[in-house]
Amino acid sequence: MNDSGGSAIALCGATVRFGHHVIWEKLDLNVAPGTCLAILGSNGAGKSTLMKVLLGLLPLSAGTITINGRPPGHGSAETGYVAQQRFFDPDLPIRGRDLVQFGVDGHRMGLPRTRGRQVDPAIEAVGAQGYADVPIGLLSGGQQQRLRIAQALAGGPRLLLCDEPLASLDPAAQDEIVAVIDQHRREHGTTVVYVTHEITPIADVVDQVLYLAAGRWAAGSPDTVLTTRSLSALYGTHIDVIRVHGHVVIVGEEGHQH
Amino acid sequence: MGIGFLLQQPFAQHALLAAALVAVSCGLIGPFVVTRGMAFAVHGTAELAFTGAAAGLLVANNPVVGALVGAVVVAGLIALFGAGQRERDSAIGVILAFGMGIGVLLLGFYHGFATAATNILFGNIFGVSGDQLIVLLVIGMIVVAVMGIWYRPLLFASVDPEAAEARGVPVGRLGLLFLVVLALTVTGAAQVVGTLLVLSLAITPAAAAQRLSASPLTVAGLSILFAVVAADGGLLASFQSNVKASVFISSFSFAMYVAARLAGPLLRDRRRRAEQPGHPRRQQAPEPEASHLATADQDQ
Repeated sequence: MNDSGGSAIALCGATVRFGHHVIWEKLDLNVAPGTCLAILGSNGAGKSTLMKVLLGLLPLSAGTITINGRPPGHGSAETGYVAQQRFFDPDLPIRGRDLVQFGVDGHRMGLPRTRGRQVDPAIEAVGAQGYADVPIGLLSGGQQQRLRIAQALAGGPRLLLCDEPLASLDPAAQDEIVAVIDQHRREHGTTVVYVTHEITPIADVVDQVLYLAAGRWAAGSPDTVLTTRSLSALYGTHIDVIRVHGHVVIVGEEGHQH
Repeated sequence: MGIGFLLQQPFAQHALLAAALVAVSCGLIGPFVVTRGMAFAVHGTAELAFTGAAAGLLVANNPVVGALVGAVVVAGLIALFGAGQRERDSAIGVILAFGMGIGVLLLGFYHGFATAATNILFGNIFGVSGDQLIVLLVIGMIVVAVMGIWYRPLLFASVDPEAAEARGVPVGRLGLLFLVVLALTVTGAAQVVGTLLVLSLAITPAAAAQRLSASPLTVAGLSILFAVVAADGGLLASFQSNVKASVFISSFSFAMYVAARLAGPLLRDRRRRAEQPGHPRRQQAPEPEASHLATADQDQ
């Protein structure tokens, strides 16, 4: 269990508490390089907290974590981050190219550059060549999100963390984004983590699931975790997991219907 | 009086130099003010320069030092009280209202000639002394240095704070640094154009520049250019007439904004046609094979 040498992500006895409030505790997880992991759970289950821990923005209260064998370094180039889709202002004086360049050197001091060497390959990797020089706020949600992914890829990450990357996109755009990320994973062996409250759009690409609920957790393959028995045990109340036409519907999850 | 004769007078030279210094600082921070939605912070810190000046007069008989120290205090208070943009705006409103009251009180205690404090409210471009010029020069150098060093991470943090934080940018500390730079710039500018017209150098040129380009460096360059043209152009126009410089500065700056709003869409369309035939507008993503998903997708 504790052998984290070959793991992209290794959590051992990981716990986060704020005062006496336990977000989740004694979390053990090993994610092999090149795996696609989905971190699921309803609102307030501690998904964002775990994301902050993976990014090195928040220390564990107890336990250990390593990313590719090392403690998560804040701002490490080995970890790429795709934030939740949020529309940019149409007036914003930034082009897609500038956004992608930030992924290379946005944290460094100095004046912005726009023709970095890593930028064009990243833009091509997400198929955004056609609109990389258009003001970012004029693009569609899916196009903006492709450029955010290019930004995360531009640093050449071994781990790609995607925080609700599909929220507020229509189903067609969701499929496109999932395909772009998965293609990159298969070609480069990048480990991919999705944090999401909805598994359906990524169900086909996910290898491993971590489900957080009420301070507890369950981990394993989607077929073992996303079952009526497993989730009912996790929540301590009856939960129905229904699969319809590739959709995974979880009924009874804290009164929410998913 | 011919313009040639005027330009040889020290007061006119001081005025032109002071206006240019203020315009460069304002033009430089302007795009960040617009991107970060901080127009009200500019207005608030500008008006509170009056309170700082009144305090400076009372304590040390030096309104400029008072205004500068006050600016840093105000920046700290805004950062302390307001985290998000909406919270920040109400925090500025609260601090502004209380601060102006304090300013009036302080001025009441001062028994000397209070022109120096009221000058900050309305600006006195033709009364810029050699000492004030040095203060403006130092402020300008600080602003240029800070912006030169942190331009890229500050832009990243302004455009996409979550991604910037994940990439290791100290978003909170940069925000505070920018507030201090903004407050210093605005306080310097207040002595030249007055608090009421600071916006015409700190916002309008940047807003105009954004209409013309989406390249961050081009926008910065245009913003500085527009601010300098408005400030020194306004002064020169004022030399030629009996109208106050502030009137010309704000009018020139406004005229450039209107022109940019008219020219911007034309420029953008022409560039778009050149680069990308049939450019897709926002929300009109291509929709391949969406139908089978859309019908069953009622799970939000």
